[in-house]
Amino acid sequence: MDVTIKIKDREGVVHEVQAPTDMAMNLMEVCKAYELPVEGTCGGMAMCASCQCYVTSDHQLPEMGDDEDLMLAEAFYVEDNSRLGCQIPITPELDGLEIELAPES
Amino acid sequence: MIKTDILIIGAGPTGLFTVFEAGLLKLKTHLIDALPQPGGQCSEIYPKKPIYDIPGFPEIMAGQLVDNLMEQIKPFEPGFTLGDRAETIEKLEDGTFVVTTLRGVKHQAPVVAIAGGLGSFEPRKPPIPNIADFEDKGVAYIIRDPEVYRDKKVVIAGGGDSALDWAIFLSDVASEVTLVHRRKEFRGALDSVEKVEELSKVGKINLVTDAEVKELHGVDGQLASVGIVHKEKGEIKMEIDNFIPLFGLSPKLGPIGNWGLEIEKNAIKVDNSYDYQTNIPGIYAIGDVNTYKGKLKLILSGFHEAAIMCQSAYQRIFPDKKYVMKYTTVGGVTGFDGSKKEAKKEVVKAIG
Repeated sequence: MDVTIKIKDREGVVHEVQAPTDMAMNLMEVCKAYELPVEGTCGGMAMCASCQCYVTSDHQLPEMGDDEDLMLAEAFYVEDNSRLGCQIPITPELDGLEIELAPES
Repeated sequence: MIKTDILIIGAGPTGLFTVFEAGLLKLKTHLIDALPQPGGQCSEIYPKKPIYDIPGFPEIMAGQLVDNLMEQIKPFEPGFTLGDRAETIEKLEDGTFVVTTLRGVKHQAPVVAIAGGLGSFEPRKPPIPNIADFEDKGVAYIIRDPEVYRDKKVVIAGGGDSALDWAIFLSDVASEVTLVHRRKEFRGALDSVEKVEELSKVGKINLVTDAEVKELHGVDGQLASVGIVHKEKGEIKMEIDNFIPLFGLSPKLGPIGNWGLEIEKNAIKVDNSYDYQTNIPGIYAIGDVNTYKGKLKLILSGFHEAAIMCQSAYQRIFPDKKYVMKYTTVGGVTGFDGSKKEAKKEVVKAIG
């Protein structure tokens, strides 16, 4: 099953993408698969914050782990709704999720 | 001028293994890397993370993999230019290349292998509006010479290992060290965190948590004070001499992007039907820095690409020689340092 996710890039363009729930993918990988400008430097270990995004819809997301929490404590442009895309697995509950990519740093 | 056979740009796992493959072909190598230590991402970002897809290693820490590679290539005596970035490339009339670094070190070689990963690691600069105005005028993102901070009032920002380690080190050098971090929790090694806690209790480090440096102010262009915003206490102004934000490094393709190489999606296009050569003959790109149809950014791909690339480089350097590939199980490994590793001869003993 696929879910639909709206991703606003840094130029303000909204990309509506389909993400599979059965491929063990995370939000960072979905962005990369659609060639959105997300670097994913550390490959998804919550160690670089290059996949930081702001969650703008009110979806219930998995709770933040310590790694993500402490990485965000050192990232820039962090807001209350900041998350690391690499720490959010694609699940059916994410259908209709809306996110915005944080500025590059 | 440093002269070598293959000039390798990037000392990550792919660059390091290139030394080995070149060494088997008796080709000399020299590596340039922007980081102060070899290993690339494996050393800089995730030395303590286990890797599970290195053939023959069910599990190996990234840092250990780098140590092993350094041990493996030692007989081939590679040269290193570390903590410096390859800036420009020039092709001489004899077909060789001269690569000059940011600090002006020149390297000459007939073959250049770019194994630059995601690019050279540059410090992440906090988004304080006028920070660029104070760079080298009180603000530094990398500590090159700690003596610069002797008897100075220093503010360090960050919560990782480098912020902790430098706060500890500078507490014996500077007249005042303040460590500012957005949280109470630190991400660094436990013993560093404990050491900082200890030093803060005895007043050697002024620890300001739940706070962030938001403003910089100068006098005659030189940094003079910082404005720190604390979650509860509000704004704190502090007179200081130096501000050192240590928020890690992020890779940027950098000057290599202007070398006239064909770039696609921040990676260098190469000929993957043969030898991973770029559009400029004599310049190869291997490992994560290159791209082709079906590219997999895996360490093992970089190793394979390094082996193929070295064969092609050999042909380029010695067009008249015919090279026959030798297995290390047969030929052993003969180092430039005079060392020789080879299989032990079986003892033949007749029965009866």
